[in-house]
Amino acid sequence: MRVEDFDMFATLLKQRSGLVLTKDKAYLLESRLMPVARKWNMKGLEDLAATVRTRKDESLLRDITEAMTTNESSFFRDQKPFDIFQNLVLPTLLETRASRKHIRIWSAACSSGQEAYSLAMLLSDNAARLAGWRIEIIGTDISAEMVERARAGVYSQFEVQRGLPIQHLVKHFKQNGDKWQISQALRQMVSFREFNLLGDLSPLGQFDVVFCRNVLIYFDQPTKTKVLEGAARQMAPDGVLYLGGAETVLGLTDRFKSVEGQRGLYTPAAGGFVPAPGLKLVTA
Amino acid sequence: MKSCLVVDDSRVVRKVARKILEELDFACTEAEDGRQAMEVCASQMPDAILLDWNMPVMTGIEFLRRLRKMNGGDAPKVVFCTTENDLAHIQEALSAGANEYIMKPFDSDIIQTKFQQVGLL
Repeated sequence: MRVEDFDMFATLLKQRSGLVLTKDKAYLLESRLMPVARKWNMKGLEDLAATVRTRKDESLLRDITEAMTTNESSFFRDQKPFDIFQNLVLPTLLETRASRKHIRIWSAACSSGQEAYSLAMLLSDNAARLAGWRIEIIGTDISAEMVERARAGVYSQFEVQRGLPIQHLVKHFKQNGDKWQISQALRQMVSFREFNLLGDLSPLGQFDVVFCRNVLIYFDQPTKTKVLEGAARQMAPDGVLYLGGAETVLGLTDRFKSVEGQRGLYTPAAGGFVPAPGLKLVTA
Repeated sequence: MKSCLVVDDSRVVRKVARKILEELDFACTEAEDGRQAMEVCASQMPDAILLDWNMPVMTGIEFLRRLRKMNGGDAPKVVFCTTENDLAHIQEALSAGANEYIMKPFDSDIIQTKFQQVGLL
């Protein structure tokens, strides 16, 4: 690939998705963009680059961005964050929101929806405690294709075996040939929207819980800060933010502080999440 | 070190599963069918059993039902690993006392997460 073409694609991806592509990822760019070039009846990446330069076709630019963004996900990924949600975050919110009985949860960069549906399964298991409550789970992703997949809630045999306990598969899925579809009841608990984390987040409203895991790792420092500060503006003062195991707010923003003893769990610095009395902090 | 009994009539499957499990620090034994598996369990109950369904002599589900009635047979975590991938088989396995269920083909990630889910890792 020509250097000027690589630079052009890298700049485009940085602008549209925040994704930082270093020169050693040229192979990745080539392998992921060749199918896009073929789809658009172009001979190769030089053609694709030339078309992008001369014709700012939105659907072509979207195809390029979607091809390059990572859509790695699994049900109950890393497990621990979901244990903390069930044993610490949810019981606390049930006390602090007892008067309005309304909780809003955001799965940011939700990919094909596994994180959002995992939360829906946990909430469904707690249905008796949640009678009379309105709980919104909103999944957003930059990729229209991923949002569509998430809404459909159809997964391969391989996907439903990664992280999903078999009892949950039996309880919450319908089998259709070699595919498994999330039950209608669970799909109704979650809504999915196409949304760019680098854009204006205010239309999403305020959240009590934000899952933004394994997203920042793809961004450079200023973009990480921008995403974190954007998320902070959308959070309740005593809300919680989940980051991935390899991610932190340290050195990026002072709008968040760690929830003591809980690795990967943060809360707005100005307010702060305080576990309900009687709840023990789970050692991370 | 925890122990795992790998029960499958395919030598290749046993070999692949054994390699994955040994990397996860399990001491493995093997059986070709349910009857051989019963003999292993009668002499020493393993911590985990990775169990195929369709085997000659004694099937996996028949073995599991007998195992759960044996003295100490409620202790091992049993993870089915089979090409039977329909809901009816999964439900039958769970009611017979299976702890987890893997639909073939499998890889090391799937074995690892399923073993974690039942508290073996």
